[in-house]
Amino acid sequence: MSLAVDERSWLQRHRMTVTPLLFLLPGVLFFLVYVINPIIQSFNISLYEWDGLGTATFVGFGNYEELIDDRAFEISLWNNLKWLALYLLAIPAGLLIALFLNQNIIGIRIYKSLFFFPFVISQVVVGLVFSWFYLPREGLLNAALTLFGFDTINVLGDPKMATYGIIAAGLWPQTAYCMILYLTGLNAVNPEQIEAGRLDGAKGVRMLWYVILPQLRPATFIAFVVTIIGALRSFDLISIMTNGGPFGSTRVLSFYMFEKALSEYGFRMGYGSAIAVVLFLIMLVFIIYFLWSMYRDERAARH
Amino acid sequence: MFHKVAKTAAAFMLTSALSLPAYADLSGTLRIMSDMSNPAPRAIMESLASGFDAMHPNLKVELEVVDREAWKSQIRNALTANPPDVVNWYAANRMGPYVNAGLFMDISDMYANGDLPGLDAVKGALTLNGKQWGVPYTYYQWGIYYREDIFKELGLTEPTTFDQEVANCQAIINSGRKCYAIGSKFLWTAGGWFDYMNMRTNGFDSHMALARGELSWTSDEVRATFANWRKLIDMGAFIDDHQSYNWQDALPFVVKGEATAYLMGNFVVPHLRSAGLTDAQLDFYQFPKIGDYPMGEDAPTDTFHIASGAKNVEAAKAFLQYVTSPEVQTKINGPDGLGQLPINANASVSDDEFIVQGFDMLSKNAQGGVAQFFDRDFPAEMASAGMEGLQEFMVFPDNLDDILNRLEKARQRIYK
Repeated sequence: MSLAVDERSWLQRHRMTVTPLLFLLPGVLFFLVYVINPIIQSFNISLYEWDGLGTATFVGFGNYEELIDDRAFEISLWNNLKWLALYLLAIPAGLLIALFLNQNIIGIRIYKSLFFFPFVISQVVVGLVFSWFYLPREGLLNAALTLFGFDTINVLGDPKMATYGIIAAGLWPQTAYCMILYLTGLNAVNPEQIEAGRLDGAKGVRMLWYVILPQLRPATFIAFVVTIIGALRSFDLISIMTNGGPFGSTRVLSFYMFEKALSEYGFRMGYGSAIAVVLFLIMLVFIIYFLWSMYRDERAARH
Repeated sequence: MFHKVAKTAAAFMLTSALSLPAYADLSGTLRIMSDMSNPAPRAIMESLASGFDAMHPNLKVELEVVDREAWKSQIRNALTANPPDVVNWYAANRMGPYVNAGLFMDISDMYANGDLPGLDAVKGALTLNGKQWGVPYTYYQWGIYYREDIFKELGLTEPTTFDQEVANCQAIINSGRKCYAIGSKFLWTAGGWFDYMNMRTNGFDSHMALARGELSWTSDEVRATFANWRKLIDMGAFIDDHQSYNWQDALPFVVKGEATAYLMGNFVVPHLRSAGLTDAQLDFYQFPKIGDYPMGEDAPTDTFHIASGAKNVEAAKAFLQYVTSPEVQTKINGPDGLGQLPINANASVSDDEFIVQGFDMLSKNAQGGVAQFFDRDFPAEMASAGMEGLQEFMVFPDNLDDILNRLEKARQRIYK
């Protein structure tokens, strides 16, 4: 008995392995060039003192040592945490509006689009609208406060309030975004389960918590992901509304990095890169969590 | 691209062409990248390019105008990759990064050969490391622009000493107004106030020593400056919530008469005029004397430079000569142009009320010296940290010790 010689070429024999790899190749290539490479470069530059023009001097971890007692960096870091924590309010707020809008009455589409509107307009416009809203003398907010007999406040001019003022502006479009995610999620809620729950006597909050929310888990997950990413990317609103001020009290890491590396008075590439690396490490925590939970879900789906 | 415009401008420019050295043999292309993007400066820049183009039949002038704010970071890319021949920038320390990186061409020979007559007075602002790196094309005075009609109403006169300034201010506050408009959202306006408070309190030389990092921010001199400044802040001299406004947002305070004066550069005048204030309502005075020092003034200078990678150096040099010539200087700084001061000593100054006063002040009463401006005299990083501290001081004067310690720490790191 002779051995059956496989007549097919190497490519034909391995095509089940080769084909997916070929399909992956362009994506992987772009990922390596545009994502992995800049990460390595940033880390590399962060070890140098460099103005972007002249020669770079190696300073080891000098930039990071400087970060440790840089107060502006500390403020930016705290502000980033405030953004992360408060921005998450968009998720319950979005859910609430979605539940409210999830009904069939005349003109519901118009109401839905009105609520969705802030997400459609550019962040720059949102920032402008809110900075007019907060204007110390002419702003609508102070007009309302005076009407009810309160003292006027200068939200964006007060270092204690300014960051919260910007986050509130950011929540407006972000809530709309979460709302739309939940609205689509609610369409997929199984009516039979609701019926069953109702027969078992569940209603109101208990119905929401035990029957509806578990079915909305995928929507919640996506809302969580986009909100966290949105919070860490908060740059345009800050740039438009306060430009990091008053006296640097509203900076976040991404804005501080821009200021140090690329703005009019910046061009400390090494220092800016060091800030970028720190921001990346913070994001990495979330990225790992997201990847891990997606991996877990997929495994659960397969078994 | 300029040939169409050139034809119309040609006849007009021909007269000025005759008086200039003939560079008829210039050929090739001259590429200019300019940051004169606001409407009036843009028109001037375009007429300069088309005028120069018309003078040289074999030369093609290509002009690219970049947004003025964007240019502040774009210039780095512009000078490194495929650099144009001529670019706009600012004088003094602001040139530092490009001079040190070898991106501006050394044109000391032009000054030495007498190619640039009439520029001796402004040469210093273009000098770094003992060499000259460009030419100025315009500058303007800073000072206090005020509502003449309100001063008359309150029976006040232009102060010459700080005590008079404070007394005037008290009278203005008593009349229910604020003394000074300011919008410090973008910080640099606070830099203007510091420049003057410090130049007057400690003299021009001490101010420049601070800019060069030779003087401590926690020194008694600097503290004295802030103590004087604080007198005004504690009186309530400045408008409220200025940290929320940019400098244009603060203009309505002056226009409506809610604040009587504005420490600003001369570029504020067209804004105030177009808002409806007449020359009878507006006037100007030099920042009053505090200590017994010769007066120093801020007079920021805008400049042209040749990129060291320029391909048509000959044409670029001819262009710099053209821009700085008395005829062109008179024209571009005139009332129909930039409305600022010409940099050539032989050019004539327009008879605008504010230009005349500014020219007078800078030529007769600025013996202390002429500074460029806080963010041009101080290295960029010190300027940025400094202006942030100055804004904080104007809002929370009690934080002064903390601010000064922070700036001193920054100084020791930046100037090492």
